[in-house]
Amino acid sequence: MPTSLIQPEFRVEIDYNKCHKCGRCVQQCGWGVYSFNERPYPDDSKCRACHRCVTYCPAHCITIKKNDLALRDNANWSPELRKNVWRQAESGGVMLTGMGNDKPYLKIFDHLVLDACQVTNPSIDPLREPMELRTYLGRKPDSVEVEANGEGGYRLKPGSGVENNVKLDTPLIFAPMSYGSVSLNVHKSLAMAAERLGILMNTGEGGLHADLYPYGNNVIVQVASGRFGVSPEYLNRGAAIEIKIGQGAKPGIGGHLPGEKINKEVSTTRMIPQGTDAISPAPHHDIYSIEDLRQLIYSLKEASGYKPVGVKIAAVHNVGAIASGVVRAGADYVYLDGFTGGTGAAPAIIRDHVGIPIEIAIAVVDQRLREEGIRNQASIIAAGSIRSSADMAKAIALGADVVAIGSATLMALGCHLCQGCHTGCCSWGLTTQKPELTRRLDPEWGAERLTNLVHAWSHELQEILGALGVNAVESLRGSRERLRAVGLDKQTCDILGVKPAGL
Amino acid sequence: MTVTKPTGGPVEGYACVEPATVREGDTVTMDVKGVYYRQVNAAVRAAFADGATKVVLNNVNGQRYIGTGVRGKNLSIEVHGTPGQDMAMLMDGPTIEVFGNAQDGVGNTMNAGKVVIHGDAGDVLGYGMRGGKLFIKGDVGYRVGIHMKAFEELRPIVVCGGKARDFFGEYMAGGLLVLLGMSKDAERPLVGGYLGTGMHGGTIYVRGEVESWQCGNEVGVTAATETDLAELSPVLAEYCADLGMDLKEVLSKPFTKLAPLSHRPYGKLYTNL
Repeated sequence: MPTSLIQPEFRVEIDYNKCHKCGRCVQQCGWGVYSFNERPYPDDSKCRACHRCVTYCPAHCITIKKNDLALRDNANWSPELRKNVWRQAESGGVMLTGMGNDKPYLKIFDHLVLDACQVTNPSIDPLREPMELRTYLGRKPDSVEVEANGEGGYRLKPGSGVENNVKLDTPLIFAPMSYGSVSLNVHKSLAMAAERLGILMNTGEGGLHADLYPYGNNVIVQVASGRFGVSPEYLNRGAAIEIKIGQGAKPGIGGHLPGEKINKEVSTTRMIPQGTDAISPAPHHDIYSIEDLRQLIYSLKEASGYKPVGVKIAAVHNVGAIASGVVRAGADYVYLDGFTGGTGAAPAIIRDHVGIPIEIAIAVVDQRLREEGIRNQASIIAAGSIRSSADMAKAIALGADVVAIGSATLMALGCHLCQGCHTGCCSWGLTTQKPELTRRLDPEWGAERLTNLVHAWSHELQEILGALGVNAVESLRGSRERLRAVGLDKQTCDILGVKPAGL
Repeated sequence: MTVTKPTGGPVEGYACVEPATVREGDTVTMDVKGVYYRQVNAAVRAAFADGATKVVLNNVNGQRYIGTGVRGKNLSIEVHGTPGQDMAMLMDGPTIEVFGNAQDGVGNTMNAGKVVIHGDAGDVLGYGMRGGKLFIKGDVGYRVGIHMKAFEELRPIVVCGGKARDFFGEYMAGGLLVLLGMSKDAERPLVGGYLGTGMHGGTIYVRGEVESWQCGNEVGVTAATETDLAELSPVLAEYCADLGMDLKEVLSKPFTKLAPLSHRPYGKLYTNL
């Protein structure tokens, strides 16, 4: 009787005529696919198609193919569903997975197009004209006063209520990914890049490693229900503080870093003993109402000298009302995380079936805050599968101030979306704490790639702004008239506040 | 007296004025009657920054966040009246003594220091507390000592003199949590349900007995041994000294010990996809 009904998902093929028998593939694989006896032998069942061996094979002799088993066709029971039943029948466990939702849901961003200028309303040449991408994160007052600056210009009067805003040189930040779920070298790459780019990285709920203290002005420190690594020192290091209520990939689900990943360094940063589970449930057990949330926001402000405090929530039904409460509770920004957002570990069934698309959430939150006359009181950060500068521009046109990217940053650092983050075996050294793997990422190299990515997207955003005939990204914010829908139903268009193309 | 305008948030009937302060040596005394919490806390921080080591707050009535985020070892705050919520949150070092009752969230995520409350206290005391001591003479509410953690030399200690409600020590990951049950309210049960649910570190001692239905699945319940009591006695001696109680009487009843069965209570819940 076979021990498992599950066949390998991939086939690893080696062209032994080309193979140098150098053993590089054996060293490179974090999943333990290869054994070596005069030449490498792959064990297909362990392969996750992360392509580390393919990339580093000097002979280019490795091919990874999908293992298309001749399972009997069944439109109702896909091979994947059948495999999952076998997996659970064998293990009895909740199926964990990493990265974002991989199911073929309708991607609304791909059904929105940006308008462009023509003769009567000319476009702008961003190569020649100044193009403003700078934006400010935080609460803005209802009105401001200006005074002469003595040089013929004007400046904001001191005490105008924007002193605590955080300046961003481009409307993009790095999404929260905790130290523990990703390696320290990933955090270092993000922090160094954020400093060079004049943007922010976010610690996630795993605390701030001492090596990152010098980058404090470019760091958002997160406070989650488990309060890992949260101390007065930690709050004082960050440029802003974020209370994590929900996460797009797993709304209503908390964090759980298994004890085996809590090594010495992670334990020191999280301020918990080695080897114990780091349990951070979804509800903060001191927050059961907007009034409780207000209390936590203001206690963090009291403890940090009134730094900006934001609140991260998942995109869910009625998110407009939730965001309104969050803003009225005193949050300086609302971080909206959508249905397709990434994660280090989530039950697959939650990730793939719970939550709503970020595009809808941005539109309804922006609309609701405008209707209530409190849109100026908080910035909106949109995240959850921002895949390109086009997604960034569309998110801003729908109403976001800033977007956050997580999966894209990991891809810039080598991630191939093999979705094995939760195993801690990442061959690329990103979502692992194994020293032999983490040393594969040089923070300097990583920072350069991240800087390149953000520079490229920023240039593209400038081009888009030019095409739209606006010269500042803040003029695009919430400007839904510049979007048109292609292939979306009327109701979705109404909720998005976007006209169909042609109107 | 300078009048300052708060930069945001409601005023809730409080005056936006600095509290009247008197300094004698290293002690600063403030009358905070009707003064908004933000001015109270700013004045406390200013007094410490100015070299004072003790602040006495008179006529406290619901002002929140007293001692929140205050750092420094030899500092102390005396509170007369009823402080508001999240007192001593993220506090790192000072001592706070409350002559009266306290509300919810005392010692939330506290790092070090000591809070002594001569009356009852509310819910969510010592949430995520990582170090320092929290001594309460009277009854406490729901969710006390949840998510308490320990780290290296930091070990939080919470002693509640009276009775407690549900979720006592839920998700506790470290430290020491003690319930004495010496309440004036004889009718009330010693402790509610969900005691130590999800607990994966630390120890809970309860003076008296608990029923199995009251406890979470993750805890082991045993009678406290002599060794356990030897560990507990110095803490209780300090508690009794601070709150004017009789150590002999406290130790006159047997204690129940609750300790987690595993550091990895949810280790087998998941499978790889």
